[in-house]
Amino acid sequence: MEHATLSPEVTFEHHHSDAEFKKRIRKTTILLSVITIIELAFGLTIYTLHKSDVNRDFLILCFKGVVCILTMAKAYYIVSVFMHLGDEIRNMIMTIVVPLMLFIWFIIAFIYEGNSYKNLRNKYDLHFKETTMPQKHGAAEKLEEKPAEKSGKE
Amino acid sequence: MSTQATVHQTKWWSGGKSPFNLEYGKVMMWYFLMSDAFTFGAFLISYGSIRFSQNFWPDPNAVFNAFPGAGHANLPLAFVSVMTFILIISSVTMVLAVHAGHKRDKKGVMKWMVWTIVGGLAFLGCQAWEWHHLITGELATVVDGKIELIGQTMRGNPWGELVHGPELTAALNNTSHETLVSLVHSQHHSNTVAELSTLSDAQLIKLVDLTEMHIREKGPVAFGGYFFGITGFHGFHVFSGVIINIVMLIMTQKNVFHNKGHYLMIEKAGLYWHFVDLVWVFVFLCFYLI
Repeated sequence: MEHATLSPEVTFEHHHSDAEFKKRIRKTTILLSVITIIELAFGLTIYTLHKSDVNRDFLILCFKGVVCILTMAKAYYIVSVFMHLGDEIRNMIMTIVVPLMLFIWFIIAFIYEGNSYKNLRNKYDLHFKETTMPQKHGAAEKLEEKPAEKSGKE
Repeated sequence: MSTQATVHQTKWWSGGKSPFNLEYGKVMMWYFLMSDAFTFGAFLISYGSIRFSQNFWPDPNAVFNAFPGAGHANLPLAFVSVMTFILIISSVTMVLAVHAGHKRDKKGVMKWMVWTIVGGLAFLGCQAWEWHHLITGELATVVDGKIELIGQTMRGNPWGELVHGPELTAALNNTSHETLVSLVHSQHHSNTVAELSTLSDAQLIKLVDLTEMHIREKGPVAFGGYFFGITGFHGFHVFSGVIINIVMLIMTQKNVFHNKGHYLMIEKAGLYWHFVDLVWVFVFLCFYLI
């Protein structure tokens, strides 16, 4: 493989042999597909658990957590292999990854905020509570709803 | 350790070469994508925040259960998995186009770019169908104590809680004649609308089979805004990605990159395209899976 000099600023390029490259792409494609299929299986499991009357809220929450982790794995493979970020030098990787750490705070802070708003409304706005609280509990809502009920009785 | 770092730094940062060993345009594309990730992230987190502030949220498996040509069959997750696989595959063809670019193989680049564009258009077609299906859907929903046929719009959605028993009977008694006719018609296809219109409301109510219908209240209004807003913004990215890819295909065909001696532009378009796939992974998670 002959490479033309791209620019005097770039001193080396990523050399992959053709066979090695094909193997890597095939592996990643299969991996992404398999993870997606597993995610779909979890999604359908959650669906059947929702339909049954048995209270499986905690199990559903666990499954949702697993699906989130699998999605992170997919994101890692797309960025690292398809976008070649994994092949760049460390400085480059860090300038992208370090700012994205903000998401850790971002997600926790705003989810907490939303949940807290719900609890406050359930406590002080009884009309909101009566009109929106599910009678036959859906799964995910019930877990967060327990502390709200408690605070309502105080 | 510290001396090593200094040596390393002087090597990379003393000027004359890119400290990231990347061409300027590619570095900037990465930073653009990072900022775009924050835009999408903000949208999705805002959605999560609103969702956690509600006592009830629609079950995605009840909302997204249709498949083109399958009528009213209940097929949760089926269509969206097709869309997901279309994007994954088009991402792979893009990788192959970039690889062909490394080898300065013009024919290879063109072949894989065409497949990537086809994948992008297929995805957009799927999304158009899904939106159309949701917006024009006519679902029997209890609104203000009577049944109305509504679709999923920005103003409301038919995915609230299921309504049972006396509440449902009362709602049925308040329902308008036209709505009753179309309700009965949807269950008894043998009768024409004209025939049914001549019947009285009481007769029509007797014909409605309540066990077969899942009649719900209206769900949270925010659901529609977030769903159409975020999937629309993602769809707009796919659309612009397809346009960029078409421009790249034409430039390849006109030997622009061949004459330049490198296919770096294909790599930058590729980064954008993979990012679109990456965002879909999260949209898929937030709207369809959990």
